[in-house]
Amino acid sequence: MIIASNVSKKFRKLTVLENISVSCAKGECIALIGPNGSGKTTLIKTILGMVVPDSGFITFNGQNILHDWKYRSHIGYMPQIGRYPDNMTIGQVLNMMKDIRADKEKKWDEELIDAFGVNALLNKRMRTLSGGTRQKVSACLAFLFDPDVLILDEPTAGLDPLSSELLKEKIIKEKKKGKLVMITSHILSELDDLITQVIYMQEGKLIFHKNIDELRKDTGEQKLSKAIASVMLKK
Amino acid sequence: MIKIIKYVITDILRNKIVMAYTIFLMAISLSLFNLEDNISKGLLSLLNITLIIVPLVSIIFSTIYIYNSAEFIELMVSQPLQRKKIWMSLFAGLAISLSLSFCIGAGIPIVLYAASSIGFIMLAMGIILSIIFAAVAMLSAVIIRDKAKGIGISVLLWLYFSLLFDGIVLFILFQFEDYPLEKAMVAITAFNPIDLGRILILLKMDVSAMMGYTGAIFRDFFGTQVGFIITLVILLLWIATPAWMSARIFNKKDL
Repeated sequence: MIIASNVSKKFRKLTVLENISVSCAKGECIALIGPNGSGKTTLIKTILGMVVPDSGFITFNGQNILHDWKYRSHIGYMPQIGRYPDNMTIGQVLNMMKDIRADKEKKWDEELIDAFGVNALLNKRMRTLSGGTRQKVSACLAFLFDPDVLILDEPTAGLDPLSSELLKEKIIKEKKKGKLVMITSHILSELDDLITQVIYMQEGKLIFHKNIDELRKDTGEQKLSKAIASVMLKK
Repeated sequence: MIKIIKYVITDILRNKIVMAYTIFLMAISLSLFNLEDNISKGLLSLLNITLIIVPLVSIIFSTIYIYNSAEFIELMVSQPLQRKKIWMSLFAGLAISLSLSFCIGAGIPIVLYAASSIGFIMLAMGIILSIIFAAVAMLSAVIIRDKAKGIGISVLLWLYFSLLFDGIVLFILFQFEDYPLEKAMVAITAFNPIDLGRILILLKMDVSAMMGYTGAIFRDFFGTQVGFIITLVILLLWIATPAWMSARIFNKKDL
């Protein structure tokens, strides 16, 4: 569904992505794992077209995403740090997004809005929100349009245990519908029952892209956290 | 695109600054027309004030607005929207609200007191200058990432267009006073939209008779139909060039 070929990106002299080639298929749930500053978020942003790669290209359903924008209607993106216009209320932001993406006649998926109880907060201004509530709004927006691809950048960071459990359930549910889910997270234990594939990155390079079963077999560890730890030690 | 423009304009209107600017313009124009017994004198004073204030408010407000919309822009860019459209909607929103507040603030007094051709040219010039400086602000805001630096550049640009440019022109004139520079002067003014506006309006007024030989040359050029149209085209270029350049840069910008 999403294929990146030889994507490289430099910010001035700093190489953030070096010849990354990955291919992500439908129905997979892919964990993007790597140390801080390994280029995970940049890779996600190149897929979204927010960062333009210096070389290489990315295709979405066979279409090059450069100069294209319509493909983004198939993506739900939850940013690492959700930033929203300060003086708008949650309700206004939700309505604005619905209004702007109203071109398709799909029904809105408001399950998360109900689960998180966001409806009770609709009149709160964005600048007064706590980090966790902001995360909830980001999550609601990512799932709102029932997209084929979900890209979640540290989805559970800052969420309370109950909410992150709710979010996990929702992710599993969407995965079962045959959607492509990409998650970055540093809390590996919560990825265990979610993911089917692992992409491991370090210093802008793709170290491996494996099925979770294969990784477990290679490292002899059942838990993802231990498997990754043994990979990191070997390097 | 119209939807985004709508959101930008509601956001700007919610910000009280534009409202205050409108009231300020209204207060100044009304008091000037009431202070001067002669309408054209009032227009002249109003001209001098608008040529300073309109560019200043437009460029500073637009620059700060663009920087403060970083979150909004980020949110929009991850949606199925064309980047060019997002940028142009921001520009349109700024241009429309700034022109609107000039139209209301200065336009109503002008129509009430000086509904002549000069008055309407002045109104049009105020609107064009608002849009030009909004476009220039978009350009400096897209090039410079740092907010404080970007606003600083905008202030400097305003200083350049309103004060420094005239100083440089005077300097050149005195240095080369032995040469016939009057025709070249006409071309040089094209590099400053504020001067273009000033000359265009002054020539329609009686005071142009006191501008001497250079004034006569200006009158020969700007006073004619062709000159007027050329000036208009140059002013439109002053809008289109920065807007187009900033959209191109924004299209490739990493967010």
